[in-house]
Amino acid sequence: MTINGTLVSLDVEPRTLLVHYLRDHAGLTGTNVGCDTSSCGACTVHLDGEAVKSCTVLAVQADDREITTIEGLADGDVLHPMQQAFHECHALQCGYCTPGMIMAAVSLLDEVPNPTEADVREGLEGNLCRCTGYHNIVQAVLQAAGGDGGGR
Amino acid sequence: MIPAAFDYVRAESAGHALELLAEHGDEAKLLAGGHSLIPLMKFRLAAPAVVVDIGRITELSYVRDAGDHLAIGALTRHRDIEISELVGTQAGLLAAATSKVGDPQVRHRGTIGGALAHGDPASDIPAALLALRATMVVEGPDGQREVSSDDFFTGFLETTIGEQDLLTEIRVPKVPDAGWSFQKFNRRAQDWAIVGAAVLVNGGSCGVGLVNMDSRPVRAAGVESAIAGGADAADAAASAADGLEPPADLNAGVEYRQHLARVLTRRGLEEAGA
Ligand SMILES: Cc1cc2nc3c(=O)[nH]c(=O)nc-3n(C[C@H](O)[C@H](O)[C@H](O)COP(=O)(O)OP(=O)(O)OC[C@H]3O[C@@H](n4cnc5c(N)ncnc54)[C@H](O)[C@@H]3O)c2cc1C
Ligand code: FES
Ligand code: FES
Repeated sequence: MTINGTLVSLDVEPRTLLVHYLRDHAGLTGTNVGCDTSSCGACTVHLDGEAVKSCTVLAVQADDREITTIEGLADGDVLHPMQQAFHECHALQCGYCTPGMIMAAVSLLDEVPNPTEADVREGLEGNLCRCTGYHNIVQAVLQAAGGDGGGR
Repeated sequence: MIPAAFDYVRAESAGHALELLAEHGDEAKLLAGGHSLIPLMKFRLAAPAVVVDIGRITELSYVRDAGDHLAIGALTRHRDIEISELVGTQAGLLAAATSKVGDPQVRHRGTIGGALAHGDPASDIPAALLALRATMVVEGPDGQREVSSDDFFTGFLETTIGEQDLLTEIRVPKVPDAGWSFQKFNRRAQDWAIVGAAVLVNGGSCGVGLVNMDSRPVRAAGVESAIAGGADAADAAASAADGLEPPADLNAGVEYRQHLARVLTRRGLEEAGA
């Protein structure tokens, strides 16, 4: 599969989960495991550009596909606009949920470029944060969207 | 949690999937979106020896206008149904129910066929398809057969799909002018329904499918005949839980679920214009 633009080819057992493939085999530990039961979203990555929970995808299902992880968002030293917005809006405290939250948020803006606050809250329903109370996360996503918050 | 070891094969077409099922028999399990099967395998509640991945059979991923009904490929993902204009205008109830499934990540992976084949009474999709009177197309060793949604669900996590069968298409009657409502009661946004009601009102008749109100997905037949007989929403909804045996769990006991079924059915009927 292609991970963050680089072709990666490793032999693994069919039962290897994508999240373990990324962390243990490809050495990309930015993607976290929270619940391991597809509830928390900490393990969210992009599969062909769409947010998925990598604890509930087999690595073989991503064979020949494009994966983007949190490590693949920034352009060198320049943060992705979503990362920059999280930074500026203080949208993280412990940071555990953050990689998954940012990947889900980027996927959301691909589908709904000018979301309302309600769109953001609903669009991030698959991601849990135990620290922030979500307020600043929602503000960060709205800032990154750069729209008028009017919807779509 | 890691699934037990298995052999993996990828089916290139519907025909290839049927061949692989015939070859591996009851050792094999189909993998579509994997959002029911992979969690079961991680908990080791399922441990198939062979996993046949049908997730890339693009020929079974479509929404088509087929005259009086929509033809939806079994491998169509929830997300594609949720945003399909055809589904939205011709069977809005299905689009609404689908948009309530899990969260965006789940809807990017899960398929309509997987949700039906899994046969979970807690799933939102079967209730909508029961209300819409959909028909499932199943292919097996003896060819193709059509199964009405009423005959499709046979027990807890059981359907008429046999070990060598593949669900290929779902046929949903087009009802552009019908009123509808999908009522899902849960405590947190991404959760499964504690109880849900899918309501379709089409002229003087209606369809009501219930979520989590029995061991299998069911219709509230009493409500439907009451509406057909001229009852108003409140009177008709009073019989929503009659004859059903909902589960009791941490979220709700039997009586509370029966209460929810009546309230959600009434709200659904009212919203749908009964
Ligand atoms: C966190 C989470 C939350 C969820 N919340 C909801 C919810 O709120 N509401 C809801 O309705 N659902 C919910 N789901 C379930 C989701 O809708 C699943 O996607 C769906 O139930 C199964 O679809 P799948 O394509 O992933 O099937 P898979 O997991 O791949 O397969 C499920 C079963 O069906 C069989 N199967 C699949 N396709 C076929 C076929 N074409 N022919 C024959 N057999 C087949 C498989 O062999 C397997 O036994 C949730 C799932 C998760 C992980
Ligand atoms: S670790 Fe995958 S959803 Fe929580
Ligand atoms: S910042 Fe700690 S879980 Fe979200």
